[in-house]
Amino acid sequence: MTSAAPAETILKSSHLLGIEQLSVPEIVALLDLAETYVALNRSADKKTSVLRGRTLINLFFEASTRTQSSFELAGKRLGADVMNMSVKTSSVSKGETLIDTASTLNAMRPDLLVVRHQDSGAAELLSRKLDCCVINAGDGSHEHPTQALLDALTIRRRRGAFQGLVVAICGDVLHSRVARSNIHLLLKMGARVRLIAPRTLLPADADRFGVEIFHDMKTGLEGVDIVMMLRLQLERMSGAFVPSTREYFRFYGLDHEKLKAAKPGALVMHPGPMNRGVEIDSAVADDIEVSLIQEQVEMGVAIRMAVLDALSRGLAREGRNA
Amino acid sequence: MTRRIAFKNARLIDPASGLDAKGGLLIESGRIADVGPRLFNDADPSDPEVIDCKGLVLAPGLIDMRVFTGEPGSEYRETLESASHAAAAGGVTTIVTMPNTDPVIDEPSLVDFIKRRAGATAKVRVAPMAALTKGLRGEQMTEIGLLQEAGAVAFTDGDRTIANARVMRRALAYANTFGALVVGHAEDPDLTEGTSITEGEYAMRLGLPAAPAAAEAIVVERDIRLVELTGARYHFSQISTGAALDIIAAAKQRGVPVTCGVAAHHLALNELDVGSYYTFRKVKPPLRSEADRAAMVEGVASGIIDVIVSSHDPQAADTKRQPFAQAAFGAVGLETLLPVALGLMHDGRASLAHVLHALTAAPARILGLGAGTLAKGAAADVVLIDPNDSFAVHHAELHSRAQNTPFEGRHFHGRAVKTFVGGECVFDRKARR
Repeated sequence: MTSAAPAETILKSSHLLGIEQLSVPEIVALLDLAETYVALNRSADKKTSVLRGRTLINLFFEASTRTQSSFELAGKRLGADVMNMSVKTSSVSKGETLIDTASTLNAMRPDLLVVRHQDSGAAELLSRKLDCCVINAGDGSHEHPTQALLDALTIRRRRGAFQGLVVAICGDVLHSRVARSNIHLLLKMGARVRLIAPRTLLPADADRFGVEIFHDMKTGLEGVDIVMMLRLQLERMSGAFVPSTREYFRFYGLDHEKLKAAKPGALVMHPGPMNRGVEIDSAVADDIEVSLIQEQVEMGVAIRMAVLDALSRGLAREGRNA
Repeated sequence: MTRRIAFKNARLIDPASGLDAKGGLLIESGRIADVGPRLFNDADPSDPEVIDCKGLVLAPGLIDMRVFTGEPGSEYRETLESASHAAAAGGVTTIVTMPNTDPVIDEPSLVDFIKRRAGATAKVRVAPMAALTKGLRGEQMTEIGLLQEAGAVAFTDGDRTIANARVMRRALAYANTFGALVVGHAEDPDLTEGTSITEGEYAMRLGLPAAPAAAEAIVVERDIRLVELTGARYHFSQISTGAALDIIAAAKQRGVPVTCGVAAHHLALNELDVGSYYTFRKVKPPLRSEADRAAMVEGVASGIIDVIVSSHDPQAADTKRQPFAQAAFGAVGLETLLPVALGLMHDGRASLAHVLHALTAAPARILGLGAGTLAKGAAADVVLIDPNDSFAVHHAELHSRAQNTPFEGRHFHGRAVKTFVGGECVFDRKARR
């Protein structure tokens, strides 16, 4: 397998820090490129040489099985050398600053750095200090651009277009970088976005994003095409945002009963990992008629291949040899 | 042999007396020996040292009521000496230091230490504030009487709000026994814990933990009620919201003995200036909405806000080069205090005399200092200001040991040209380089 077509420029920036800075043509081009990788990933020979000689470092300050393995597989299928670094084995615990850690890695001359960090703005900070491509794999409550892109790819493959689609994002919007990235992307692509959550899990002034706000699931889900559930991020709950998980499930957990309010044929998404019986009922999560959750994981690898490919084209332009 | 310095052709502005006229001033033995519109108008003074001000503004040296240094404990950030260099370059002749050091200034011997270190190393006057509660823990009050005797000019827990209203009430009542001034910080500690930006649309976009602006008004209202109970003299070190301003305006109307200040950066910057996680603009309280910023300017113009402070808080680069939520709070400001304040005059929001009042006579009156005036017999702490000198801020040119200015690259009009403390020239812009 080789990429026969001339590699056209897809991204203006040499980093992928968030959806907010992306233009519609950039998003469309990334989705189109990802389609080719979906096909590749379904074939027997899944390997290309697009990133041959390139080094990809996965720098994860927060544990993540799903995203990290997705990036790792994407890098390997594109032919890159992939190294995984997680906090527990690094010197961050010895008081080294984020910048120091990154500078040390930078000296090893990686071409692409995938970073996940618990603080908003961490990826942006690194992009200013390092000379490799930085890919934000989730920074605090800010953005998680590849998640939004893979969600978009999943939606587009099912529904064709975004214009006129009504998407409800439900749950812990306050702490969710997935929600922020998806709001940016869906609004840019012409979808209508609703947020459904108790008032304690919505940021102040959320309505000024250009979204509709609901506090009742049934009203909020009326006429919705896509229901995106968010993980109730128990590990982030520094205060009591909801009184109990059983009360949360009663009012905000997605089950077939609540889903009836949505448009017939409405589809359900979840970025994972799921809290079954908290924000989503297993009967919905495992219902292959409505749940896109497995498909999202598949699209994740394709999207990350597309992102790595697109950014590496910038490296070639800059004349940076591997 | 007494040293005499004569200033001629100055625009004299003494906000304490309302003087704003062309004239001269004579310094003799470190004090203002003569001042007036007619002084040196006709004949040249027959003194060895004559400074022709060429129409520039001669005013009392500035008094900055909110300055953090790193001495003792974090001298790598700022010493009293390095802060005094920054102050002199900013036209500030008295810095009022915060007790948030290591160790905390909560002992008479530590007040004495600050005074002696300042006397030995600082180019400007240092007026130390002492802690209101031991260790700034908000539990037990300090020895206010003894600390006052040692030379503490006021009592504050610095950038901490005393969470317990009963502790605050008793501290206010006890302070009032000695006529001591209490200086408060207004941010509800629970609402603001772990947050680094003001709540709103912008905070949501950045995905940062945010505190509502009301966290300030809640404490302002509480403290004013406690002042009404206790009768203590109380000064809000800095406010940043229109809601707090309204509460203070109403309290002043009722005759409550409260005053307040505002930090220069809250007059010149708003929440959007945080940009993409610009940590040099992470301050406490955080930069607010544009409506709040405009309210602060209006507050100074109307006089409800009494003083303008730098809120000078030097931080080393490594504590600022962090993800926003992890980065230290604080910005240096001694050298940009006057330029920012003069911006209000250039924008037509306040007269030059009004702006200078908030930097000289007002803090002097609140603190009970003899400084901040051009009166005959007063200490010769004066500053020569070119109100139109145009320049851009460059961190490398700052005199402060730390260079975390929130105004990097920003253009201003007006700054200090020469600064005198006790008749000694401690800064001369022309003499440099």
